Amino acid sequence: MRKRKRTGWRRYVNGITISTTVTVLFVTLPLYLMLASSFKGAKGIGSAAFYPKDFSTSNYNNAFSQYTFARYILNSVLIAVITTALVLFLSTMAGYALGRLPMRAKLPVMVALLMISVFPAIAVIAPLFLLMKTIHWLNSYQALIVPYTAFNLPFAIWIMRNYMLGIPKEMEETSRIDGAGPLRTLWSIVLPQAKPGLFTAGIFTFTACWTEFLMALSFNSDNNFRTIPVGTALFGSPFTIPYGTIFAASMVAVVPIAILVLIFRKSVVSGLTAGAVKG
Amino acid sequence: MATVELESVRKVYPNGFEAVHGIDLEIADGELMVLVGPSGCGKTTVLRMIAGLEDISAGVLRIGEKVVNDLGPKERDIAMVFQNYALYPHMTVAENIGFALRLRKMPKDEVTRKVGDAAKILGLTPWLDRKPAQLSGGQRQRVAMGRAIVRNPSVFLMDEPLSNLDAKLRVQMRAEVSQIQRTVGVATVYVTHDQIEAMTMGDRVAVMREGVLQQCDTPQKLYDHPNNVFVAAFIGSPAMNLYEAAITDGCAAVRIGTQELPLPDRARAAHPGLAAYAGKPVIVGIRPESLPAANGSAAGVMTAQVELVEALGSELQVHFSIDAKRVIAEGPSDADELTTSGAGVARVGPHVPAKLGDPIRFAVDIDAMHFFDPDSGGAIWN
Repeated sequence: MRKRKRTGWRRYVNGITISTTVTVLFVTLPLYLMLASSFKGAKGIGSAAFYPKDFSTSNYNNAFSQYTFARYILNSVLIAVITTALVLFLSTMAGYALGRLPMRAKLPVMVALLMISVFPAIAVIAPLFLLMKTIHWLNSYQALIVPYTAFNLPFAIWIMRNYMLGIPKEMEETSRIDGAGPLRTLWSIVLPQAKPGLFTAGIFTFTACWTEFLMALSFNSDNNFRTIPVGTALFGSPFTIPYGTIFAASMVAVVPIAILVLIFRKSVVSGLTAGAVKG
Repeated sequence: MATVELESVRKVYPNGFEAVHGIDLEIADGELMVLVGPSGCGKTTVLRMIAGLEDISAGVLRIGEKVVNDLGPKERDIAMVFQNYALYPHMTVAENIGFALRLRKMPKDEVTRKVGDAAKILGLTPWLDRKPAQLSGGQRQRVAMGRAIVRNPSVFLMDEPLSNLDAKLRVQMRAEVSQIQRTVGVATVYVTHDQIEAMTMGDRVAVMREGVLQQCDTPQKLYDHPNNVFVAAFIGSPAMNLYEAAITDGCAAVRIGTQELPLPDRARAAHPGLAAYAGKPVIVGIRPESLPAANGSAAGVMTAQVELVEALGSELQVHFSIDAKRVIAEGPSDADELTTSGAGVARVGPHVPAKLGDPIRFAVDIDAMHFFDPDSGGAIWN
């Protein structure tokens, strides 16, 4: 087939570039407006200007000086990191067992996990709250770490299991013949090859913990245990909403996630498409 | 260094399928034993049972006098090379070869020395720091071999190690693997579905079909004296021509289709069992090279119709048809459906005037003819 070569402006203005631009703008514009507004002064905050006319960093200062934003960051980091570590450890073990080891009732387990992962969190908030109250876990780190781990595990297990399935069985058999036990095989042979799966599951879990609002609001009312989303939402007083400070805090909250995704983006993409085509 | 001994070894899967029906096999120290057969014949299952990757349902497996039925793979002191090499992609060549040694907590400098030695034998020294993805197929194959020999195991197991290579490299690696095996001098079980590989590499070859050992002997003996129709058809390329026939004239002739070939005394002497088949149907087998073109009109000439001529330079492979019913020993395949019922192949000299559609006359080498019982498929000798 003869392909017509586009020249001049036609090279850039075509269906694909236009639709790509629209999509990218659609996604990034709110983020940009948030960024721009976070640098606006008190006067400019109400305007819809695309750039801050009265550039100031006071919003950022306020977030840290007027509110305990640093504490929220610390709480969020602690909870997200511990949860992610737990989820990765457990999902690796479970994924290996479900993908590789001889085991009865694999299918029912996998289906049950899938069902749990689509269960709406709001449905379990009330009973969970009562449970937390009974065991005196309200206002603690574990009040969020344990349910976050439970809610993020199913998806992570599915990702890890699918990854394990993609690793040739002969590799584990070779390792067994070489004299490695199951745990050594998992650690030295399987895990290094399942890295993209680990990154994918890790980033999804971390992001989910980082942005979770409902449980964090319900279980931890003590300011010392609040995470970024709840803490930021409660900025201000009943009569004023400090939009600029909220924007600034939100920008700070986005940074770790953005960095993680930038570092691991290749692995995440390959993790999501694992098994789509035989490599 | 050890022998491997299988005594009535069976494999029955939980669903009741019996993959291996009681195999007896003895592999001497330093011997290269090839297990060959069509896919699904149980050869890989036998290998995996020797490796300890599959449970043995019944029977006894000994490696060097020791019964190893219930030992795990690592306690059997074996090394295995897989079809897809199963190299660890995240490790360098040196790390791949040294992995088993590191697991044994061998001192680092000794690992390095042993890996270096293995690499030297295999010509891998320049690539020790590369990852498997940066190697060619043949080099990866050698790394898999290196991983096996570096451990100095008592038994080598190889599961179709050459089938992922292209044809030219396969021929080259065939020789290399044999040579390495001889250098190391370890009992080796080599599984393949390629009968040429089996013939060229094996000290002895065990032919399997549907979980049953058909025959185990040296390649030449398998070729010259196949035990049954299956072995006769499986060993040799092009395959032996097998036809339904009958012993006629009081055991003085054999009739193939409408053509009758005289059976000289020496042929009867070589197959004394034939006397019992006088007037009865048999299966005759004629190797393609036992069908040279006939000149003159001597006795024992068979006439056929030329269907296709393949010129190989040194010889012609003449695909022909006769009016006899062909016997298919390996079950129908796609290729068989295309050929006519009396199809066969002959290897004749390069200058024989064989033309498509013309009749051709073969001077059948009666001495090299094989006879089989039509019911049991077993060879008729005594």
